[in-house]
Amino acid sequence: MMGLPKHVFSGQRIGAMVLRYLYLLRGSWPRIVEQAYWPTVQMVIWGLVTRFFVTNSSWVAEAAGVLIAAVLLWDVLFRAQLGVSVIFMEELFARHLGHLFASPLRPYELALSLVLISLVRTCIGVGTAALLAIPLYHYSIFDMGLPLLAFFTNLLIFGWAIGFGICALLLRYGLGVESLAWASIFAIAPVSGIYYPIATLPEWLQPVAWILPTSHVFEGMRAVLFDRHFDTGMFLWAVALNVVYLIAGAAVFLRAFGHARERGLLLQAGE
Amino acid sequence: MAAIEVHQMSKRFGEVRAVHEVSFTIERGSICALLGANAAGKTTTLAMLLGLVTPSAGSIRVLGHDLLRDRFEVLGRMNFSSPYVDLPQRLTVVENLTVYGRLYGVPNLEKRLAELAPRLEIEALMRREYRTLSAGQKTRVVLAKALINRPEVLLLDEPTASLDPDTADRIRRMLLDYQRETGATLVLASHNMSEVERVCDRVLMMRGGEIVDRGTPAGLIARYGRDTLEEVFLDIARHRSHDGLAAAAT
Repeated sequence: MMGLPKHVFSGQRIGAMVLRYLYLLRGSWPRIVEQAYWPTVQMVIWGLVTRFFVTNSSWVAEAAGVLIAAVLLWDVLFRAQLGVSVIFMEELFARHLGHLFASPLRPYELALSLVLISLVRTCIGVGTAALLAIPLYHYSIFDMGLPLLAFFTNLLIFGWAIGFGICALLLRYGLGVESLAWASIFAIAPVSGIYYPIATLPEWLQPVAWILPTSHVFEGMRAVLFDRHFDTGMFLWAVALNVVYLIAGAAVFLRAFGHARERGLLLQAGE
Repeated sequence: MAAIEVHQMSKRFGEVRAVHEVSFTIERGSICALLGANAAGKTTTLAMLLGLVTPSAGSIRVLGHDLLRDRFEVLGRMNFSSPYVDLPQRLTVVENLTVYGRLYGVPNLEKRLAELAPRLEIEALMRREYRTLSAGQKTRVVLAKALINRPEVLLLDEPTASLDPDTADRIRRMLLDYQRETGATLVLASHNMSEVERVCDRVLMMRGGEIVDRGTPAGLIARYGRDTLEEVFLDIARHRSHDGLAAAAT
């Protein structure tokens, strides 16, 4: 007979779930291609827009890579969010939650495995597009150096926080809210200042923008590209906001599990 | 010694009373059946024993642990199969079993898979994607998953529901062998009365979320003055008590 699980937190169980998602990814080449497809298409479009603006806009001409960098970083957020919520949806489609949560797997271990696989998927997707931008447009986002790591990490974490919120909605309301997983993130796009400074927004909307880590990241990115200056204040704001959003997202996700157990949804969740 | 102790357990889903104040004890090493018509509360009862559903009231102890307070202390020593949940369709059989072997912390996993595959006759299926299997093959794979950690308590919801009689018989023998070898406690919800008569020590009869009768299969058959457990089941499902039957007979 097996002994009691020795640890409250098990790397082996998290590893088992990451393995499950890697098997899924490995077993389907369209899934791997899909990771890189949209980031690459977006990068190609914004690269062409950049070529046009470089000769028609003094602002873009000052930092030719600003639009490509913006679209690649935006995709970090988008892929990170999808990496959590879409993978969780796979469990619902497979009617698999009952088996998972009859095992010793803790909900927070599932959450950790989701963020790990999200990191892998984001690196495949955005990494491919970023590498292709080098030969296509002679622009390397990696030239940003360490600030890139700061932007990448902040966007990744905010994407996870939103992903957890969507997972909670999926658990509570089922696959009827599936479209939210794809669409919800675009609600924050206009106020995140991805392609333009936050000062461009109407004054009444700017406070909304500043409570999002994305605004601080994209302003910080422009500071690096235009002024060659890493804005520590912006970075710290993004980190502080991310701490709040990640805790809130994880709490909502874990609470949704409690609710699902009360309502018997772990056995019913599925198509 | 009791493997499972349930006291006054109830579950309501809004206005629906799924299970109402059920109490029972299942001894270690026994095989107990939950019998009842559809919506009698069997699956909800099993789900509560696994911690998948939180009871509205009552207490559950499994292998000496309070399941409501520390279910993770005991889930590694349990397992289950059910037709209401599935395994990932796009993973192969061996991938699915590997993931579950690791989730349950099974030592020498490859050896364990090599033991289980012939017992459940799934050797030829190991490299196939789960979605390509027939219903009967899937049932055998899910049973392999249910046995992967050598559970001390095994909960089976309609374990032979989609199997042909020959395969179902072999699966029943395999489960009995497993129980004899390990001394595990088996709880199964089933509509297959002959199966229950053959393999179970005790039966809990459920109706409308309540346990309306209990006993050994032979004891229940004798008490209701019937020849088979199926006839007893029909009496209970149609609200005929053994007292009423006895009165009618006299």
